[in-house]
Amino acid sequence: MPAKKLSLYAATFFIATLFFSCTDGKKTTSTSDTGLTVPEGFSAKIMADGLGKARHITVTPKGDMYVRLAEAKDGKGTLFLSESNGSFSVKAGFGDYGGTGISIKDGYLYSSSNQEVFRYKLDANFQVVDAANPEKIVTGLIDRAQHETKSLVLDNQGNIYVNIGAFSNSCQEQDRQKGSLGMQPCPILDSAGGIWMFKAAQLNQSYKEGVRYATGLRNVVGLDWNQELNQLFVMQHGRDQLHDIFPDMYTIQQSAELPAECMFAIKQGDHAGWPYTYYDPQQKKKIIAPEYGGDGKKEAGNEYIDPAVAFPAHMAPNALLFYTGDQFPAKYKNGAFIAFHGSWNRAPEPQKGYFVAFQPFVDGKPSGDWEVFADAFSGSAENTASGRADHRPCGLAQGPDGSLYVSDDVKGAIYKIEYKK
Amino acid sequence: MRKLFQLSLLLVVIAAACTKKESSSSESKSIDPAIAESVARGQLVYTQYCIACHMKDGLGAPPMNPPLAGTSFMKGDKDIVINVVLKGMSGEAVDGQKYHNVMPPLDFLTNEQVADVLTYVRNSFGNNESLISSEEVGAARNKK
Repeated sequence: MPAKKLSLYAATFFIATLFFSCTDGKKTTSTSDTGLTVPEGFSAKIMADGLGKARHITVTPKGDMYVRLAEAKDGKGTLFLSESNGSFSVKAGFGDYGGTGISIKDGYLYSSSNQEVFRYKLDANFQVVDAANPEKIVTGLIDRAQHETKSLVLDNQGNIYVNIGAFSNSCQEQDRQKGSLGMQPCPILDSAGGIWMFKAAQLNQSYKEGVRYATGLRNVVGLDWNQELNQLFVMQHGRDQLHDIFPDMYTIQQSAELPAECMFAIKQGDHAGWPYTYYDPQQKKKIIAPEYGGDGKKEAGNEYIDPAVAFPAHMAPNALLFYTGDQFPAKYKNGAFIAFHGSWNRAPEPQKGYFVAFQPFVDGKPSGDWEVFADAFSGSAENTASGRADHRPCGLAQGPDGSLYVSDDVKGAIYKIEYKK
Repeated sequence: MRKLFQLSLLLVVIAAACTKKESSSSESKSIDPAIAESVARGQLVYTQYCIACHMKDGLGAPPMNPPLAGTSFMKGDKDIVINVVLKGMSGEAVDGQKYHNVMPPLDFLTNEQVADVLTYVRNSFGNNESLISSEEVGAARNKK
């Protein structure tokens, strides 16, 4: 009898332990009809699909959405979506140019091609007044196929910040060639590999009128203006191919895990290190790039800034959004959502990413570990490992009610993630 | 019109050949031992120098790196692909699609390695083409 009682007691304890470990905070996920997994209490639904290569998105205070397409479809590179009966439908399209950047600020819609930035006046309902005649704000930016997209964000002082990605992997004499050394100094940084600042309301600016706000950033696709700190934050796409280029110094496995994909808090004049250094997430150090005399261990100097957060290598952060809404639980307030488009440069190791991550912030500083927030965009674990993802998260936007929207640039789906109290 | 018909017939035949090929692996090509041996050596070269960009399945990483599976490059003139490996390629479209990354020259590979890796690629991922010999690579390299 006591033995039986004891085993019953043990079994109950075991089940209880199991139960508690399963419901332990962030680990619990619920699957919705989108196939996405999101934390307990959240739900996800598809608001639109088949839009094309949906890059960055922005939601108006009225709840409508503008979507930038990588390639214009039927002469329309930006789509205007309106919600009815719980889903989005395309109401209009305009702008015969593909691109990534889009943002709303002070009565204007800003959008970028891969060389220029335009703006469109908005009416009281945040709809474009004259879609055929935008003002050209910036022109003549470098577009050499590689890292060509021009993501943008605005501050509260009438400035617009535009990424100009480096048209190179690591500024070698011969791009991506085995053993080729880095150019010293890297001439690309004069016109690319950084964030440029322009006046948001001044026409036809180019390099001469702009300011190189921050340099040493290989390519930034995700960036946001942190309203709490009044500061620019960016996500860098780290360099590729350490093993292919320096096989004697880096193994295939090291090449898959190096360098970190970094979030940087930017101040004017900052140098984030590319191409001279990269951030090693295991050693937690800035390491001199092998193209510039590094050996995988030599540390770089303090003329380069440290990352605010280091994420696993090659996951391709394509959007950054500081959450300012009230819908989600308190821990999300002022924290950062990051859309990881997913890797290619981990092969033959399994690929990674294809999810939206969350990095908590407290008092303007990253606080605690980042976590996967919304996952399973790829469709299956096999799709993630092979890199053949069904969907790839690319853009993020916050709705007026605090919902989070995610765009996918494989099939052109728009997801809405909500929290139910 | 007749040309168009012939062309579409050819396309259908090619498509049929391609789909058929997909089910058979490279081992079934043991009919030609020279190709089979070259494919086996070429796979090792591929794994070391090509896989990071073109992937295990030969489908590349669009829109960064182009696929090798079923592309006109692989079906076309041998000299063209030999030169892509020896001299690299950038900014050129593959079957109408442009890709962002450059392909570096792999001229440090020996003639035999280039021949083997191309024979491997031309007989994998659904491709079904002839052998490329190290002599052909040598001739292309010397032509400059």
